[in-house]
Amino acid sequence: MKVTITLLALIGGMTAMVLGVLTLQPPTVRSVQRGYRGTGQQLEYSPAVIAAAFAANQAPSALPQNNAGPPAGTIYKNVQVLKNVPAGAFARIMVSMVQWVAPKQGCGYCHVAGNFASDAKYQKRVARRMLEMTIFVNADWQTHVKKVGVTCYTCHRGNNVPSRVWFEGVAPPHAGGLMATHSGEARPSAVADGSALPADPLTPFLLGHEPIRVTGTTALPAGNRHSIQQTQWTYALMMHYATALGVNCDFCHQTRAFADWSESTPQRVTAYYGLHMVRALNNDYLLPLTGTFPRAMLGPAGDVAKVDCATCHQGVFKPLYGAPMAGQFPYLRGPAALAQPDPKAAAAHGEDNPAMITMASAPAAGGTKPTASPAPTGAGAPGQ
Amino acid sequence: MIEYQNIFTRVQIRGPLHDGVPAPAGVWGRQGKPFFSYLLGQIGNAQVGPIYLGSLGVASIACGLIAFEIIGLNMMASVNWNPIRFVRDLPWLALEPPPPAYGLRLPPMDQGGWWLLAGFFLTTSLLLWWLRVYRRSKQLGLGTHTAWAFASAIWLFLVLGFIRPLLMGSWGEAPPFGIFPHLDWTVAFSLRYGNLYYDPFHMLSIVFLYGSVLLFAMHGATILAVSRFGGEREVEQTVDRGTASERAALFWRWTMGFNATMESIHRWAWWFAVLTTLTGGIGILLTGTVVDNWFLWAVKHHVAPAYPHIYGHIADPAQGAAAGKGTLP
Repeated sequence: MKVTITLLALIGGMTAMVLGVLTLQPPTVRSVQRGYRGTGQQLEYSPAVIAAAFAANQAPSALPQNNAGPPAGTIYKNVQVLKNVPAGAFARIMVSMVQWVAPKQGCGYCHVAGNFASDAKYQKRVARRMLEMTIFVNADWQTHVKKVGVTCYTCHRGNNVPSRVWFEGVAPPHAGGLMATHSGEARPSAVADGSALPADPLTPFLLGHEPIRVTGTTALPAGNRHSIQQTQWTYALMMHYATALGVNCDFCHQTRAFADWSESTPQRVTAYYGLHMVRALNNDYLLPLTGTFPRAMLGPAGDVAKVDCATCHQGVFKPLYGAPMAGQFPYLRGPAALAQPDPKAAAAHGEDNPAMITMASAPAAGGTKPTASPAPTGAGAPGQ
Repeated sequence: MIEYQNIFTRVQIRGPLHDGVPAPAGVWGRQGKPFFSYLLGQIGNAQVGPIYLGSLGVASIACGLIAFEIIGLNMMASVNWNPIRFVRDLPWLALEPPPPAYGLRLPPMDQGGWWLLAGFFLTTSLLLWWLRVYRRSKQLGLGTHTAWAFASAIWLFLVLGFIRPLLMGSWGEAPPFGIFPHLDWTVAFSLRYGNLYYDPFHMLSIVFLYGSVLLFAMHGATILAVSRFGGEREVEQTVDRGTASERAALFWRWTMGFNATMESIHRWAWWFAVLTTLTGGIGILLTGTVVDNWFLWAVKHHVAPAYPHIYGHIADPAQGAAAGKGTLP
């Protein structure tokens, strides 16, 4: 009988250990102080997770700069976005795009063999729009991407479709009739780090314009009717932010007052713009492409692949640990860099200035009016 | 030495099986033939039974079973009656309260009606069980301390699921039935109302909760430590202290200058336990009804200290000058 007790204790201990190994992160957690001393604001890092993230988030080597040649639009047909880019830089971008997006398929992934000007393949029509999106991000969303910027690689990482995109969730089957309807939560939520929080907080916030602010801004009740259920949706979105960036709440928040901006870190402001950026990209760039993609490329609900924080960040607080992506591709930095060159502005800058194309035979039928300042935005030192 | 570190009972006393002291008989009488269990004897009394359910007990179990079934079947429906998914996802599943849009109206069954019904039966079950505890105490000639301690826990349960939603005008304010979901709800509750840790009644509740744990450990340790002198005969020693009691008292006077008595320690423990849920319930009741943001409340009343903003002034980009033209294309 004594054995029974021991056996029970052993079985209990074994179960606890198996559960522990399966559930918990490997030990050794490094804490990094993040706030004023005594506030307990700190980041928790697991060296194993960091090592894996570091290995998976290395920027690719860039081809050498080449800004020689006439504007691409003058020698190639049907160049719409990069028509004012010198042919050398244009070819460099095209070859880079192969490395970034279709390393296995090569040029033929987007282009019709023998007729590169053709728009017959949907991939090419999508790629053109994505090129515009990249330029839009680099030019208009420096509030979020700063001078680091993005290229195709930031999301694609050598895949035709970025590995971290999302589709509107199709809820698993649920009994109907009188039984309680599915509220979108109380299921394992992959987006919200495996919690029971709402499974798809992305549709209302990163596609829709639902407000995410729920906490009262006054000590006493003053008409804030945001519910606890609503809070769970915001909470789920925040869990997505945190897991996408590989950080905990304290990266942006002082957890004693999550809502309080004055208690927050500057990264929260960056994240604020990130939300609006992702929303704009999904609504203005990806959603309109729904009809361009074949059905097989769409999600189970027939919706187009969309971006969230993880699409670029992939588990790291700065995509590719802050490697200056756009800096190596100055022509992807904004419309100004793509404008028709102005010979006067060119001389002031160096060889690697995109506005260096002082072609005497600049295209007359370019369609783009020369701008006053053709230098790329973030004028500093493109090409660095 | 090893005997004193044993987590199991050292002595199992097995007298003749007995039905217990006489007490006024209810409708049902005592049920079941008592028997001995070695395993239960390791953690308590080796005699199991008889049990007395009575009309209150039967009604309570029936109501509890109905609530359990409503919750379980709705969870089962949420995974389309798939038993494998039910077992795998059980900790995530929930029966949720109505959406806030319904306010205090009776929602359709599939929109939280089942939640209301489950809540009704669960509450009825708890109240009936409380009555049963009270009546059993009376009929055995005991004090009603257990019933009032239980009432304190029921108070917190009622505040969370009934009284506060009533005051807030929305069933949607109540927690869901579910393992992880009610925990997520708890965090969301704190997030929505600006950090519950700054709620003074929540603070008190934590003090009493942790205090209960501390008292329990101190008391248990003291009695085990003096059991070699007969210290587990606490009740007798209340009036006839003996060497166990004297040594225990001296130990605490030496270590902290003051000691409880064999009687008072139980009053300490009872009040700490009762006050945990009593103050907790008050803290929940004030949240949203009287205070909307506990952090700001604590700042206003100089409870929350101000720390230097090491990142400088971080302004809400959606407000004031920061929302100037061009920030959002």
